[in-house]
Amino acid sequence: MIDVLYFAWVRERIGLPRERLETSAPTVAALIEELRAREERYAVAFADLASLRVALDQELADFDAPLAGVREVAFFPPMTGG
Amino acid sequence: MRLSVQTDPFDLGAESHAFAAGLSTSGAVVTFTGLVRDNGGRLAAMEIEHYPGMTERAIRAIMDQAVARWSLEDALVIHRHGRLSPQDPIMMVATAARHRADAFAAAEFLMDYLKSRAPFWKKEIGADGAEWVAAKDEDEAALTRW
Repeated sequence: MIDVLYFAWVRERIGLPRERLETSAPTVAALIEELRAREERYAVAFADLASLRVALDQELADFDAPLAGVREVAFFPPMTGG
Repeated sequence: MRLSVQTDPFDLGAESHAFAAGLSTSGAVVTFTGLVRDNGGRLAAMEIEHYPGMTERAIRAIMDQAVARWSLEDALVIHRHGRLSPQDPIMMVATAARHRADAFAAAEFLMDYLKSRAPFWKKEIGADGAEWVAAKDEDEAALTRW
């Protein structure tokens, strides 16, 4: 099981802040493919990967990063702090 | 070194004073404060979302880098989240070093990294709807100078 978190407009498009998923996806990219295939709202949220960032266990990561041992995945737009 | 991620307002003067009062080897303190900017008077509020846990980790890592690189005696970051009004203070950084060049550089470094590496997202609430603030290419480009 893996916790998947969504922030900002990703959260709004998917309609929930977090969910717990059973997945055997080996990488972030594979997880995104699974999510896209689930429902239209996921396909919309993950339509443009260039406008998305991902963090694995609260550290920024690449889309080809492996998910083995990861407990928490977060998807969000580029950050706008400061 | 102090980090506070909070919804409450902060007192710029009191924070600056307390920061400077705790120093013993510094000759320079630089502070920066960011306010909610109202572009053209149409902003009703700004909502700031963040990623609890990652926010603190990311900012602490940035602060550790700044302290080591510019030999800072101390550093402070306060960043608010939640609903803010135009001209409200959003965040502040303070740096203390022996000389001003290091204090200025470290403050700029902290600001550049907070902009695009700390997990905050701003949403502008206007009279005619709400819109997420888009990240700017120049904010990402600013990191390359470090």
